[in-house]
Amino acid sequence: MDAPANRTVQSVGQGREGELLEVAMGPQHPSTHGVFRMDVVLDGETVVKLKPVFGYLHRNHEKIAENTSYLGSMPYTDRLDYFCSLSNNWAYALSVEKLAGLQVPERAEYIRLITAELTRVLNHTCLVGFLLQDMGALGTPLMYAFREREKILDLIESLTGARMMCNYMRFGGCRCDLPAGWLDEAKKVVAEYPRFLDEFDKLLSGNEILMARTQGVGKLSAELAISAGITGPMLRASGVDYDLRKVDNYGIYSRYPFRVPLGDHGDVYDRYMIRMLEMRESLKLLEPALNDIPDGPVVDPKAKLRGFRPKPGEAYGRIESPKGELGFHLISDGSPNPYRYRVRPPSLINLTILEDMCLGQTIADAVITLGSVDIVLGEVDR
Amino acid sequence: MPLETIEQILARAEAAVPGAQLTIVKNDSPCAQHSLAVDVEHAYAVAQFLRDDPQLRLDYCSNVTGVDYLDAELSEKVKVKKLVDGVEKEVEEVKKTQRAGYLEAVYHLYSMALKHGPVILRQRTPGRADPVRVTSLTPLWRSAEFQEREVFDLYGVLFDGHPDLRRILMWDGFKDYPMRKDYVEPDDYEYEPTPHDEVLARAKAHQAAREVGA
Repeated sequence: MDAPANRTVQSVGQGREGELLEVAMGPQHPSTHGVFRMDVVLDGETVVKLKPVFGYLHRNHEKIAENTSYLGSMPYTDRLDYFCSLSNNWAYALSVEKLAGLQVPERAEYIRLITAELTRVLNHTCLVGFLLQDMGALGTPLMYAFREREKILDLIESLTGARMMCNYMRFGGCRCDLPAGWLDEAKKVVAEYPRFLDEFDKLLSGNEILMARTQGVGKLSAELAISAGITGPMLRASGVDYDLRKVDNYGIYSRYPFRVPLGDHGDVYDRYMIRMLEMRESLKLLEPALNDIPDGPVVDPKAKLRGFRPKPGEAYGRIESPKGELGFHLISDGSPNPYRYRVRPPSLINLTILEDMCLGQTIADAVITLGSVDIVLGEVDR
Repeated sequence: MPLETIEQILARAEAAVPGAQLTIVKNDSPCAQHSLAVDVEHAYAVAQFLRDDPQLRLDYCSNVTGVDYLDAELSEKVKVKKLVDGVEKEVEEVKKTQRAGYLEAVYHLYSMALKHGPVILRQRTPGRADPVRVTSLTPLWRSAEFQEREVFDLYGVLFDGHPDLRRILMWDGFKDYPMRKDYVEPDDYEYEPTPHDEVLARAKAHQAAREVGA
């Protein structure tokens, strides 16, 4: 690829109206959710080619992790998908526990479920706000969403000491116990949340403009979604019933009933609706979990914090993060550092079919199609 | 439906793809995710069997990654019977073997239809000298497209049959493969207020190199 600076507009001039226009959207374009570039070829306003370009935020997280201890990478996983640091922590802790054969105490399992579901609610709330921002509903929905996000962030802050970079989980449990009164605060937030969702639903879900703008846009078929390894709400919007919380039964998800919402059309509207419904299911999980949480230790006393050296071997662990399947592939050679440390980033792999979804649509639809994929560049580029 | 054991999968794959050289790579960790190593020539056919077989239906390729193994001396403790002072005793001896380095592409396969997995497939290259080639499985699973590009970008493994093999995370002019174990960082010294030990040594080397260059 040659000098990107000159790529913005290549063929504009008199008598050349019928020609194709090449536009580099990003890396500073506001609709790309960070530093991400789409090289788009346009025929009028119609997209005829779209190539995503990555790497602006690449810092080789995997190489850094291979040069530090297992625990040393835990704070770094917060920076992958910085909206959902607690789910990232869980995915990494789960993989290391698989590798070393560690058990997690009951109370820690409850805390993990509670924090992960709070994170899912937080992520989906923000995503809906951002998606509407992309559609041109400037400001208002995003501010409503951020107001609610703030309540969950306050909970996370009082639990972990940080609002976004939590560094909370440890191999075999969690770093610290819940502070006094935390459960009551959390119950209050969870009890009040449906009111906000009802309000959002009333304002948006049946809104004529939103429906006209999103229905039939960015369609993705179930076959292509499976082949391209799409996971998370994107996959379920295309009608494929695959939720790792049900499939893998990790943690204590099998104890509580919840439904997996599925879409029929696989368009942007379905992806929006799936997220709205998933938030309600998460709240349904949170309510009993906050009531049932038992007393006890939050970390396995046998788990070693210092001098942690798993036996040679390898493990692949994965969880249903809000964006899709987040997996960690670890290979140990018996030393304190992982021999191989690999992150399976859902955001990057969900972008595989971005071109297929956008071809033949207008450039404005490409923007909201990208918005509905739900990417965080910290995870795409790693 | 529970997944077959790795031995059963291996037996059926060998029957379905004549000539394929399959071996089981044991995994000693408690999760016991064993994997199948396949030769590069038959990788595509074996992968196609794994995807299309009605009992397996591994329609979802979750994770693709590379691993680099350098040339290494492996030492293994072996118990040997020996005559010590006229009495036969069991003595531990260290047996050393040389292992040639190789690169590996690892695929974690699951089934969305039957909800089982993982079956892990590994393609090993004969050596580490460039060019190292394996077979691309992107025509079977679209999800491998970006991930194989990433393995190419960071490990320098070429995927035969990949539709669009370019660098993905590093910039196009970049020469080396940063995830290889013998990668040497470029000398891009930045001033630090209190250089000491390693940093100081690097700073001096950098300064000397610059003076020679100027």
